[in-house]
Amino acid sequence: MTEKSVSIKNRAGIHARPAALIVQTASKFKSKIFIEKNSDRINAKSIMGIITLGAGFGVELRILAEGEDEAAAVEAVALLFDRKFEEE
Amino acid sequence: MDTVRFSVLDLLNLDLREHNALNLRCLGGRKGLGRQISVPDLNRPGLALSGFFDAFAFQRIQVFGRGEYAYLEKLEREGDLGTAKRIFEFEMPCCIFTHSLTPQAEFLAAAEDANCPILQTDLSSSEFVGRILRVLSDIFAPKTTIHGVLAEVFGIGILLTGDSGVGKSETALELIERGHRLVADDVVEIRCVNGNYLMGQGANKIVGHHMEIRGLGIINVTHLFGVGAIRDKKQIQLVCNLEEWDAEKVYDRIGTDEKTVDILGVNVPQLDIPVKPGRNIPIIIETAAMNERLKKMGYHSAKEFNRNILRWLESENARAVYFGQDDNL
Repeated sequence: MTEKSVSIKNRAGIHARPAALIVQTASKFKSKIFIEKNSDRINAKSIMGIITLGAGFGVELRILAEGEDEAAAVEAVALLFDRKFEEE
Repeated sequence: MDTVRFSVLDLLNLDLREHNALNLRCLGGRKGLGRQISVPDLNRPGLALSGFFDAFAFQRIQVFGRGEYAYLEKLEREGDLGTAKRIFEFEMPCCIFTHSLTPQAEFLAAAEDANCPILQTDLSSSEFVGRILRVLSDIFAPKTTIHGVLAEVFGIGILLTGDSGVGKSETALELIERGHRLVADDVVEIRCVNGNYLMGQGANKIVGHHMEIRGLGIINVTHLFGVGAIRDKKQIQLVCNLEEWDAEKVYDRIGTDEKTVDILGVNVPQLDIPVKPGRNIPIIIETAAMNERLKKMGYHSAKEFNRNILRWLESENARAVYFGQDDNL
């Protein structure tokens, strides 16, 4: 299990487009990938799940992955957060 | 799981109707509406009012009925509410007066000073206690979220689980098209009510009743299929786990062994349904739902079938013995 904490840096938070980006990236990996906000854990391969988190600007999230390519998966997803989902 | 945060204001804001309505209104102590209700339980503060504070359960909601009110009235007549006002030395979540009773002005003023909310309801004490306990046990029920789809099929609440991309949403879409109802897609919030009953609903009102279909994007089920195609919450009675067809795996072919899955300590029947092109999953789910209903009515297809076979074999044996081996036609 690999995990990493990230915070949301784009003003708009995770709306439909960033959610789709996360899902697209996560789906490329075989590992099971989750995103946690407080105690809520959702599957990072589910668009509706990610939107349901209601993660706005500045919110702290944890990315977790379990499987053969877990380290790469966490890095790839975390990179999206760092790049503000190519917004701004 | 973190602890539930639920304030008195949240209690007032609950949208409860009909047999659950609490009809609460606030009479005073509004500054304390942010106080947390940490225990899903009530207390009748009779002893505390008379000045006996040992083991006083002040963390609970305090319910004042006719008895407590009459006692306050007596104290007021005698000109000394002092002992009763001492209960405000404790940080209670709130005091609730039933039967539309309004506390004495002096008592209200003391509550105001202590920032303790005073609420009133028109219900009788016993009715109010019954309702609020039900509401609180709902709020404090253990909770989890599961990745899956919850649909109501022929009245049975079916939770479809399985890996991403196995076709849960597509199956649900076909079920809706066939006249069944969607409760939640993708994120199902499950609460264990009374320790033996699983209630599932969408985790979020805004996202609820939307579905993501690969190739189409996000669709609004209510607008596309009408309000008849949705439902707010539903008990989970059956779990169907969809999985890619695995030639190595042994699937249940008879159905006499019942597999269950543990969700929040409740065992729910689970079916493993292999998916491969050409298998019409919605029809299998519909059949599973009807079979589940039959079981609930006391008829178990697989077991009944096996019982009939055993009976038939037995009668065949008896016939063979009676007529002798050769006459057995």
